[in-house]
Amino acid sequence: MSILIKKPGILTTIQDLGRVGYRRLGINPGGAMDRTAARLLNILLGNDENEAVVEMHFPAAEIFFEKNAVFAIGGADFSAELDGELIANWRPYFAEKGSTLRFTKKISGNRAYLTVCGGFKIERWLGSSSTNLAAKTGGKDGRPLAAGDHIPLSLQIKAKPRIRNCHISSNLIPYYRPFPTVRVIVGAEFPLLTKSSQGLLYVHDFVVSQNSNRMGFRLKGAPVELAEPFELLSSVASFGTIQLLPDGQLIVLMADHQTSGGYPRVGHVITRDLPLIAQLGPGDKVAFHLIEIDEAEALAAEFELELNFYRIGCKFQANSWQQ
Amino acid sequence: MAEKSPRIFPLGDSALTVEFGNVISEELNKNAIALAAHFDKNNFPGFIESVPAYASTTLFYDPFVVRKSFPKFFTAFDAVKHLAEAALENITADDTGTMRLVEIPIYFDSESSLDLEFVAASNNISSDEVIEIFLAKTYRVYMLGFLPGFSYMGEVDERITTPRRDTPRTVVPKGSVGIAGSQTGIYSLESPGGWQIIGRTDVEMFSPNAKEPCYLRPGDEVRFVTAK
Repeated sequence: MSILIKKPGILTTIQDLGRVGYRRLGINPGGAMDRTAARLLNILLGNDENEAVVEMHFPAAEIFFEKNAVFAIGGADFSAELDGELIANWRPYFAEKGSTLRFTKKISGNRAYLTVCGGFKIERWLGSSSTNLAAKTGGKDGRPLAAGDHIPLSLQIKAKPRIRNCHISSNLIPYYRPFPTVRVIVGAEFPLLTKSSQGLLYVHDFVVSQNSNRMGFRLKGAPVELAEPFELLSSVASFGTIQLLPDGQLIVLMADHQTSGGYPRVGHVITRDLPLIAQLGPGDKVAFHLIEIDEAEALAAEFELELNFYRIGCKFQANSWQQ
Repeated sequence: MAEKSPRIFPLGDSALTVEFGNVISEELNKNAIALAAHFDKNNFPGFIESVPAYASTTLFYDPFVVRKSFPKFFTAFDAVKHLAEAALENITADDTGTMRLVEIPIYFDSESSLDLEFVAASNNISSDEVIEIFLAKTYRVYMLGFLPGFSYMGEVDERITTPRRDTPRTVVPKGSVGIAGSQTGIYSLESPGGWQIIGRTDVEMFSPNAKEPCYLRPGDEVRFVTAK
């Protein structure tokens, strides 16, 4: 038994934390845009953090539970309702067989995630459940979810379990906002920018353009210039790499970015702040703040340590639901 | 190993790139492939994957695990950089494993060779000459990227080099063989793209469910022949 997609929403896909080990073949990792949201929700329900999640945009999917499930939602706030009752992000809920999950209004953010306790049954491709839309494979038949799709659940929950007042600690949840300052470290070609462009990058703010998707966010702002023309040989790019396009505008590479690129790399969004940019949509703004690599690593390490404590607590409670 | 010591820089907080140079060169590419292969055989705690490109190798790692495993270093970047420098001492450009020679048949009919006439005209030769010059060489697969299984190969004879199209096509058919500058490559999937298309192959460059999903590997040698 499964969840049933009654309305598909816009670009609803199955994702996890990405497909690693195949970049050398041009197969990009893909995966959830907001990996922190996917991890937090999976941990909350006692799942492996790499368990498949449903990634949704607004208008989001309408989902019918064909069997009992413990689930959680998070990331963007799309004002979710379970059988007409408003439910909150970052908390476990019990959905009784026959209930419907709807998302009624876009409150904040652009990508919402749904996880179920025990996970979805998804056939993995190259070790991952993520949907590779370009290669039309992975996830649910390599495509966005459609009305009538059934996504089977791994876990059988017989009766309503006792769900205590548990939620994700607020210092783990990214501080989502429509105009975040995200921290970056310099890219290899940053020193090749004119002095004024170097300064500008960290003073001005940039607007996320309409021409933004899971591959990358194009930014609109004051043009950034190279001191001298420079041709970069195709080299490896990463999630969060900020590239300078020939027209002087910037693009931030996102989850479905190509494995390689030939545009100058002016910076890289740090892992800790990727969720902040991943939740932006067209018209939102972003500013960059330059930090050193040691600080970026320390921020990532601090988050992982907190997550470890949290993981232990959640596992304890989630074990009781699965019995 | 190359005499000039390569540049090593962070590619974000979870990867670093070892850059041997910024030109297309078989020697630099062999170094890149050898360094990537070294880390496949000699993993370190926190290692995720190694990716060779034209003249650089990128190592992806989990900084949290690296920091815990190499507490002597101030940062995970420093630790992995140290490992990369030590590896560079021990590898040679010949450590690239077995070389494969792959033959790929191409159709040059007018439907398949969308830009053949343009390539001919911009080099002041005939279409037949373009084909003849193109088929005469063996090409090296420098890297895969852009699409799953898309091969960056080179280098084409200077008599047929052609810049990318001013306006990229929104749809390039799967299997199209293109030229961009001195590079040649095969579109493994239907995709937007700006390379000058001179032919098409039926060989599946990307088969998601095969044991090896991509037909070509970095370091392969490719000969094109006319499809019958």
